[in-house]
Amino acid sequence: MLVNQIAVFLENRNGRICEFSRVLKEAGINIQAMSIADTMEYGILRAITDDNAKAIEVLRANGFNTASTDLIGFKVEDRPGEMYKVLNILDKHNINIAYLYSFARAGAEKAVILLKVDDNEATKKILADNGINLIEENIL
Amino acid sequence: MIFDPAHECMSTDAMRALQLERLKKIVRYAYDNVPFYKKKYDEAGVSPDDIVTLDDIRKLPFTVKSDLRDNYPYGLLAVPKTKLKRIHASSGTSGKPTVVCYTDKDMEIWSDCCARLAAAAGVNGDDIVQVSFGYGLFTGALGMHQGCEKLGAAIIPASSGNTERQVMLLKDLEATVLVCTPSYALYIGEMMEKLGYKPEDFKLRIGLFGSEASTEEMHREIANKLHIFTNDNYGLSELIGPGVSGECTEKCGMHINEDHFYPELLDPETFEPVPDGQYGELVLTSLTKEGMPVIRYRTKDITAFDHSPCKCGRTTVRMAKLRGRTDDMLIIRGVNVFPSQIEGVLMNMPEVGGQYEIYVYREGYMDKLEVKVEVADASLLTDYAKLNALRDKIKHNLRTVLQIDAIVKLCEPLSLKRFEGKSKRVTDVRDLHD
Repeated sequence: MLVNQIAVFLENRNGRICEFSRVLKEAGINIQAMSIADTMEYGILRAITDDNAKAIEVLRANGFNTASTDLIGFKVEDRPGEMYKVLNILDKHNINIAYLYSFARAGAEKAVILLKVDDNEATKKILADNGINLIEENIL
Repeated sequence: MIFDPAHECMSTDAMRALQLERLKKIVRYAYDNVPFYKKKYDEAGVSPDDIVTLDDIRKLPFTVKSDLRDNYPYGLLAVPKTKLKRIHASSGTSGKPTVVCYTDKDMEIWSDCCARLAAAAGVNGDDIVQVSFGYGLFTGALGMHQGCEKLGAAIIPASSGNTERQVMLLKDLEATVLVCTPSYALYIGEMMEKLGYKPEDFKLRIGLFGSEASTEEMHREIANKLHIFTNDNYGLSELIGPGVSGECTEKCGMHINEDHFYPELLDPETFEPVPDGQYGELVLTSLTKEGMPVIRYRTKDITAFDHSPCKCGRTTVRMAKLRGRTDDMLIIRGVNVFPSQIEGVLMNMPEVGGQYEIYVYREGYMDKLEVKVEVADASLLTDYAKLNALRDKIKHNLRTVLQIDAIVKLCEPLSLKRFEGKSKRVTDVRDLHD
């Protein structure tokens, strides 16, 4: 099972992230996870919502260039060394990570890690063979 | 359909004879009736009697835009004001507009010339034509309106603006022909998509585009969006408005109505004639205008001629799509750059949208060219590497054509300015008097 994410092209201009969140608010869509890096001219905002299909529809209708991507997601115990354990496995198998973000909900025992890799199927198999449980369904 | 085969398909010899006869007449007429021409020709030491062959036109001095402005409003009239039927004015960018006046006969010729180009594009009496040019002093709307009306088509005088309503009218009234600027056609196409329509929801089949220079690539983009046959035509209000030239369905240049407008193509520096296939400045002489004859008008528009026979059967000379105006040419770090070259590069890249902006400024002593485009392709959003690769590809393609480096800015869809009339995509903020 893969985790679906939306990607939105944003110019580095005042108010654009605010506008993104306004559009989702008005459509009653909840943002569950989000990542954006600082960039010079433009950036890609990545987010997981409770209804990605609808989010893409309303964002496009409001002029945002929006795409969807599938990520590998897994949960780890919220304590030191857990992330290393998984990344070490991937490293040994020469799996290149394009980007990664993670979050831990207050009160939850496990943290969620999301990865973008070139070959989702190969990565899934490696993790499964090593006993790492991928996220089933939309967990977040 | 050929609207006026007797003139549009005339043999070259007959055309040259007709042009010479009309040229002699119009020069004499202007000299006798417009003090501006008499003074100008007397000062240059030429007389209407010096016109013996068509080449003798080169003895006459040019007329330029400022002559029209200096003689505002009625200084160039050859008839009493009481004989006028219509008065238009061009959108003067600075100060007073330039005024153009038509007599009854001028109106008749104008409508005929516009009917010729609409017919050449395939418009006929069964069509429903939506004119989305701004109505008013501007010659574009009423010129094409009259021309299409003459062919027996029904006209929807929509004027420009309120793009959502334009789309509604196109759809509900089942318009088959759209008349507007190419920039506006692109905007209307985007609005159709935004409103959730598909090309099949419309009856549109032909676009008659004019009043601004556009590239082949831009026409292709419009044709893809609207599923129509796009047609380019050319005119200028100083001469008549639309009706000077237009493409036929072969799309291999715009046929000039040279029985009414005598065309010369000259090197803008030496004023020597330029051979077929090479670019030069278009200079036009109205051969039949009664109200306000214009002789050897420097259009500043850059085009190339083609005298070879056209498959459509018309024998008139064809002019290439405008490369730009001598006024539009940007000199960036000593290199001549036409905005149309930049448009050509961008329109060939499906990853970017049809809108763009060009910004020229100076940093220290260095000219900078900045090109803004909208990212249209959503599949590029998976990672930064793809976006950076797109930016580099645009830079590379621009460099190949322009020979200089540009700064490329990727922008969000629908973030650049849209135009309902003539587009203005170039901003040059260099102070060249430093």
